[in-house]
Amino acid sequence: MTSTRPLDRFRASGLLWPLVALLVLLAANAVVRPSFLALRIQDGHLYGSLVDILKNGAPTMLIALGMCLVIATRGIDLSVGAVVAISGAVTCSYIAGAGDPTGAGAAFAGMGIALALCAVLGLWNGFLVAVVGIQPIIATLVLMTAGRGIAMLITDGQIITVRNPAYRTVGAGFLLLPVSILIAVAVFALVALVTRRTALGLLIESVGINPEASRLAGLRARTIRWTVYVFAAICAGVAGLMISSNVSAADANNAGLWIEMDAILAVVIGGTSLAGGRYSLTGTMLGALIIQTLTTTVYSMGIAPEITLVFKAVVVIAVCLLQAPKARAVLLRRTRRRHTPPDPDAEAAGRPSTHTPTSAMVEKVAQP
Amino acid sequence: MSVDAKQAPAEPTPLVRMRGISVEFPGVKALQEVDFRLFPGEVHALMGENGAGKSTLIKALTGVYTPAAGVTTLDGREVSFSGPAEAQAAGISTVYQEVNLCPNLTVAENILLGREPRRFGAVDGRATRARAAELLADMGLHIDPGSVLAEHPIAVQQLVAIARAVAVDAKVLILDEPTSSLDQDEVAELFRIMRHLRDRGVAILFVSHFLEQVYEISDRMTVLRNGRLVGEHRTSELSRLDLVSLMIGRELGALAEVERLAGQAGEEASTVPVLEARGVGRKGSVAPFDLRINRGEVVGLAGLLGSGRTELARLLFGADRPDSGQVTVDGRALHLRGPRAAIAAGIAFCSEDRKGEGVVADLSIRDNLILAMQAANGWARPIPRRVKDQLVEKWIKALDIRPANPDALVGKLSGGNQQKVLLARWLVTEPKLLILDEPTRGIDIGAKTQIQKLVAELAQEGMAVVYISAELEEVVRLSHRVVVMKDRAKVAELDQNATVDDIMRLIAHVDERPEAVAA
Ligand SMILES: Nc1ncnc2c1ncn2[C@@H]1O[C@H](COP(=O)(O)OP(=O)(O)OP(=O)(O)O)[C@@H](O)[C@H]1O
Ligand SMILES: [Mg+2]
Repeated sequence: MTSTRPLDRFRASGLLWPLVALLVLLAANAVVRPSFLALRIQDGHLYGSLVDILKNGAPTMLIALGMCLVIATRGIDLSVGAVVAISGAVTCSYIAGAGDPTGAGAAFAGMGIALALCAVLGLWNGFLVAVVGIQPIIATLVLMTAGRGIAMLITDGQIITVRNPAYRTVGAGFLLLPVSILIAVAVFALVALVTRRTALGLLIESVGINPEASRLAGLRARTIRWTVYVFAAICAGVAGLMISSNVSAADANNAGLWIEMDAILAVVIGGTSLAGGRYSLTGTMLGALIIQTLTTTVYSMGIAPEITLVFKAVVVIAVCLLQAPKARAVLLRRTRRRHTPPDPDAEAAGRPSTHTPTSAMVEKVAQP
Repeated sequence: MSVDAKQAPAEPTPLVRMRGISVEFPGVKALQEVDFRLFPGEVHALMGENGAGKSTLIKALTGVYTPAAGVTTLDGREVSFSGPAEAQAAGISTVYQEVNLCPNLTVAENILLGREPRRFGAVDGRATRARAAELLADMGLHIDPGSVLAEHPIAVQQLVAIARAVAVDAKVLILDEPTSSLDQDEVAELFRIMRHLRDRGVAILFVSHFLEQVYEISDRMTVLRNGRLVGEHRTSELSRLDLVSLMIGRELGALAEVERLAGQAGEEASTVPVLEARGVGRKGSVAPFDLRINRGEVVGLAGLLGSGRTELARLLFGADRPDSGQVTVDGRALHLRGPRAAIAAGIAFCSEDRKGEGVVADLSIRDNLILAMQAANGWARPIPRRVKDQLVEKWIKALDIRPANPDALVGKLSGGNQQKVLLARWLVTEPKLLILDEPTRGIDIGAKTQIQKLVAELAQEGMAVVYISAELEEVVRLSHRVVVMKDRAKVAELDQNATVDDIMRLIAHVDERPEAVAA
């Protein structure tokens, strides 16, 4: 794209359609429930539906950021939900068993131990993928299934509740905005800075696009792949702290259930291909917001729980189709044929693009 | 739309006719109002420099791209294919420039994919392999059809792709640079098959940068330049000199001069060794060999397909780990754990498989150019933008990479330009020893002389070069010394006075095992 018009450049960046989808969802909510957009400040805290979306979406955002880098290296991490459960379980058990279960010291020590354990779990995933060479989807399936069992062992099968103000801050605290959203944004800024200001982003993309060419060019392909799994696990660990801290309890069975799917969807909706390579952190954040807004919409519109998941699926498919140049061209051609003679632009847009997220998804599914 | 609208009475009707074809990509007019005709029972060569639009014309014909303007007729009927599958169904069988097969399927499956012999509704594996073996034998290739495709070198993969295309009864056969990595013998087999098909009335479209091959096989040629049609001629009526000046758009004089001066091995190289290998080998790959490469010396590697030339190069670079022997670089022992160790010692390796092991298609020219250098620097020390821009500008100019836009994605460049980007990636790192595996594969004659000249110059400046090519003439002309490989072992080392015939005699020496090619 040689065009310098800002709109064209924006379109080329792939962020246009996710942004449109998000705005449409927000508008639909505002129409159904005008109070949706209202914000108010009470006791120095910002309240409102929009703030709720940000707050509840923070764990998904964090996990999606980690997932995004994993996917960029042609991988996938299914174990993040289990890691969420483990992280909460470890922290709550530690706090509950500490000498002073309400003290800040217990909270910090517990969180430190939990995150260290998560890093070890990430090392394990990365080891299986990068060193042993197991396909990522299988390698992380191991921890996905075993992880909840580990969390159950840690909590003895009970839901552990804690009363610790310091710990509660992570998931439920406010600093004008909810602390959890501040953490998510900080991590986003940090990752963006580290990957784009250094050469790390380039190396990650290169490994994802062509692992063998990258190895022969002298990249530490193995180390890079290993590292992204560790990062993803730590992100999942922090998200686990947020989730359990928000309810002051650790629920080994339900904490972070299916959150890996939401995270993968967020990455894909944000325009990153499951085939690896080029990734967009901003798109991923947008994708996570879309998913969270969708969940909120489903509740606030009173859509029956039975069709909730179907509704979610329909919106996700719509966004993915909008991003695929091929699908867009077909739609455009349809509508134009009805009104005007075919436009070469639409034809040109029909060129096969190998890296649309949806086509890549289909490819992945089709592969053994 | 210059070609006569009415049929000249003497000529048969073209089988394929394209009129006023234009194809545009963002910022690039790849084809502008090109006319093209292809007659039954002819071999038609499509000629032009790298990036002239040859592959694009083929893709416009087979429905990979939809032209922005123009009409295509097949057998007099207007057609517009939505994709290669539809073109295939209409009788157009195509081998695209970049081998497009499934690396993890077997050779037999690749050849017969989608049209396997069936028994009781299920794919008959044995019949599939038997049929595939037959087709391969027809091309003089004796490999196990049950072996996985990825295990074979790129040249064999290319032959498999051709076998796949030939296996169907097509009216039109399109071969985009099918010979770029083949040896003389395979080319001869391929031409035999092409002539046979032509005599049966098949229309064949052929692309190659080897003029000898074009003159040997083609009946007619169409020349493109910068996306425009320059002319259509009978091969017998167009001299090579005229063809080349049509292709490059200026008089040949300058080019001939360059060619004469280019790529001659310089005077005696120094005797200071850069790399010494003693007993280096790897089981199942290359038998242990000794090799010494001096500063400023070009060492050619010659051998047939499957003789182990690529494997030897990979060992020297640590792309495959040697399991015996010792390597010293500048007198210091080098433990070849992997490419990083080799790169740190000043060795660079340009793979022959540019799609699979070379360029990173979805990254820009800029990112591809600095990739090896950046990897050596480490992730934490990004190359400053200013330095990057200088390097990129310099090498785009030096190798005449087109388009000269550093932001263009390498995957969208023409084949020859991708090759140049790969070469530049390693030149940027200023290595002590540069290993080039088929560096001129798919490169047009102008650029080829340019690259050969560059190699000679680099050697003169002290760089040691290992040069691998299926073109023996090229190897002989450029090298101070030629190492001859056969059956995965080094069999001889010839000095500068070696001739192509000497080498041929060594490598064509009759073999007890006819299946020398098999991996
Ligand atoms: N998908 C694409 N997107 C953008 N530009 C493209 C694309 N495909 C081809 N081009 C451009 O179109 C031009 C013609 O390319 P083409 O591949 O047809 O060249 P070619 O004649 O086959 O060259 P070569 O001999 O190197 O194979 C080049 O400038 C190339 O960069
Ligand atoms: Mg081409």
